[in-house]
Amino acid sequence: MTEGTRRKLKVATTSLAGCFGCHMSLLDIDERLFLLLERIEFDRSPLTDIKHCGPCDIGIIEGGICNAENVHVLREFRANCKILVAMGACAVTGGLPAQRNHLDLGLCLQEVYLTDPGVAQGMIPNDPELPLPLDKVHPLHEVVKIDYFIPGCPPSADAIWKFLTDLIEGRTPKLGHGLIHYD
Amino acid sequence: MNERPSFLLDGDEVPFDPGQTVMQAALAAGRYIPHLCYHPEFTPHGSCKLCTARVNGRLMAACTTPAGIATEVESETEELNDLRRTLVQMLFAEGNHFCPSCERSGNCVLQALGYDLGVMTAGFRHLFPDRPVDASHPEILLDFNRCILCELCVRAAREVDGKHVFSLAGRGIGKHLIVNAESGRLVDTDVKVTDKAVEVCPVGVILRKRVGFATPIGARRYDQSPISAQALADAPRPLERNHD
Repeated sequence: MTEGTRRKLKVATTSLAGCFGCHMSLLDIDERLFLLLERIEFDRSPLTDIKHCGPCDIGIIEGGICNAENVHVLREFRANCKILVAMGACAVTGGLPAQRNHLDLGLCLQEVYLTDPGVAQGMIPNDPELPLPLDKVHPLHEVVKIDYFIPGCPPSADAIWKFLTDLIEGRTPKLGHGLIHYD
Repeated sequence: MNERPSFLLDGDEVPFDPGQTVMQAALAAGRYIPHLCYHPEFTPHGSCKLCTARVNGRLMAACTTPAGIATEVESETEELNDLRRTLVQMLFAEGNHFCPSCERSGNCVLQALGYDLGVMTAGFRHLFPDRPVDASHPEILLDFNRCILCELCVRAAREVDGKHVFSLAGRGIGKHLIVNAESGRLVDTDVKVTDKAVEVCPVGVILRKRVGFATPIGARRYDQSPISAQALADAPRPLERNHD
């Protein structure tokens, strides 16, 4: 197949219980974004603002699972993406949000909204629009099958680039020394 | 010149001196076998099983197996490295290893092994245990969240510092590190910040206070080169040996 007729791969991305740092690191591949966009097109992603993902080749998820909405989004991605990738420490291990896991959720909310002075006027937010927090924060692989993991907080732009180019070219993605980082 | 006895490690001859273990002989010969609880300065413990090799067809810990009984040793095989990856994964899932916020990140042996073996995820369900820290000592912080029960601090205190500061208590999943004080607090032990036991922790359990991130992430020990290269550089080499 020639370069011109090769179908672009559809890629969806999202951030669940993450800080968007991994997405910033993805953007940090800088001018290589142009090369990337010759091979892929984005479906649902904060970069396109498409709200739901259609059938995709690759789904990339930043952040772990901390509330009910995260679970729905993750399942939507799994149902639509042939390959699902956990990107960054939170998606892979639960990360910083999971540091609340040894605390009681009710006590956490009480401390933040009732005990400490804040903007919530002395009540725990209960708007039905707000997704319910989960008792514990989970890494993605505890909820759906994940095909690939890119650790790092965030993974470096070079690590993301190496991973994506390997995957797009049909190689088994492999991060060597200097690219695989848990911090 | 006397011919030293030898065994085959992944097909290559590794000479050894009587009394050496497979690990000692391999490292002295410049051959790396992944290891975690083994430290050249202390009595081998054989508990982490990272150094498990196939010795004469049987799986054995290279750090405790006398070189004298080995004729053929396999270490760098996909099968063994797969098992090693699983061991590292289980250690990560069992404790609270939040590398991005750990002061030992970049200098951590567990992490460096993960990098070197290509561990991309803990894979298992994380246990997220509840383990309080002990900040009682003015100069040393104990963060039990990261303990991997390697007993290096126990051995260092006993064998080098000549003290009994640390020990493991409990069994199975309830096994945990304790300190030798009625109160259970580090400040009430005779530990000193200059002790070998404080220096030897391979993960981020025993930390000197007020060191923190003085060396930034990215400029730390295992950021420079993989642990497989550094373990060889660290290993006691036969340079001083009398070549008779």
